[in-house]
Amino acid sequence: MTAPSPLWSTLTDPLIRQNPVTLQILGICSALAVTTQLPTALTMAASLSVVLVLSAGIISLIRRHIPDAIRLIVQIVIVASLVIVIDQLLQAYLFEISQSLSVFVSLITTNCLVLGRTESFARHNPPLPAMIDALGNGLGYSLVLISIGALRELFGAGTLLGYPVLPLAEEGGWFTPLALMMLAPSAFFLLGGLVWAIRSLRPEQAEPLEFPLPKVGEGGE
Amino acid sequence: MSLWDLYLSATFVENLPLTLFLGLCTFLALSKRPETAIGLGVAMIAVMGVTVPLNQLIYRAVLAPGALGWAGYPGIDLSYLSLIAFIGVIAAVVQLLEMLLDRFLPAVHAAFGVFLPLLTVQCAILAGSLFMVERDYTLAEGAVFGLGGGTGFALAVTMLSAIRARLAYADLPAGLRGLGITFVLAGLMSLGFSSFAQMAAP
Repeated sequence: MTAPSPLWSTLTDPLIRQNPVTLQILGICSALAVTTQLPTALTMAASLSVVLVLSAGIISLIRRHIPDAIRLIVQIVIVASLVIVIDQLLQAYLFEISQSLSVFVSLITTNCLVLGRTESFARHNPPLPAMIDALGNGLGYSLVLISIGALRELFGAGTLLGYPVLPLAEEGGWFTPLALMMLAPSAFFLLGGLVWAIRSLRPEQAEPLEFPLPKVGEGGE
Repeated sequence: MSLWDLYLSATFVENLPLTLFLGLCTFLALSKRPETAIGLGVAMIAVMGVTVPLNQLIYRAVLAPGALGWAGYPGIDLSYLSLIAFIGVIAAVVQLLEMLLDRFLPAVHAAFGVFLPLLTVQCAILAGSLFMVERDYTLAEGAVFGLGGGTGFALAVTMLSAIRARLAYADLPAGLRGLGITFVLAGLMSLGFSSFAQMAAP
């Protein structure tokens, strides 16, 4: 590989180093709600990435023509139109998954990730870098969704993408599904653990102490 | 289901941030101090209590399949436009509320501060309207559901901010500080709230 160009780092930065979910706190709502199974997580990740890339492209194209005062409304309308298209497509071709995603596809509209990226990046950059940045963030988001979705499905039902991986106890195997993995709290714990893991590997992401601890004792350590 | 039951269920059993994962961005980002959290909670109750019934009216009168029968177009189904309509209504209500408060109750407006405009892109508020359509609520049910959802959010965000304020001096591992421990706290609270679902089940 040659020296990383700016475009390449725009694409790869959001994967882990600037991950939208674990570092920028964007788009968490949907990241947790749709991850009980891998297929819904995959669909959601794909839909969000498509909306993100397209809206970044469109907004970046017309960025010089959007009046500053009403830019939020303009951006929301563009995103909402794209989301409606995706929602109708899903209902037409993947009806069962779209039923289990319930309102969460529509909620891509208010996903802070989409508005956050268009507001902070696409508004100031030409279409190509904007779309690559959007793709990178979409992939970073997908990475989190897929890893949490895979963990929850694997330990909650013993399957991956619907195929049995761990033999279930009730069918003569050894694995007893963890009911907790199917419930809401587990998603919080998994994501908290993921954040902890990433920040342990990359200590520069750790947040500074709000109130420095007083130094107690002397010379001991 | 009586209205009171609906209110309780929207507040506790279907708590927006803790069981449905809605509005988590603001839930996590603005829960550092109890004062800001209470302001956010009150703003949520006000906005959800207004937007859900308003959107219910608009959906019934214009967007639902066959709703345009009174205008002589019974065959038209505009429900695919509901997303844009709801977002528009929410943005308008938030803006209106901000202007009214600024004019008549400046003290309250100052207390809300920056939260009001932020609520336009709050997924919990939009989700309230979308659930209202999905579950076919009447106007009264919609209003109660909106108020209940807002109350649940206010309750959860106030509790989380109180716990985080207690933890400000705790000696946590560096990687868990801030966001990480907040997720774990929210998970524990969510575990507590899931017991309400057990109470409601029988």
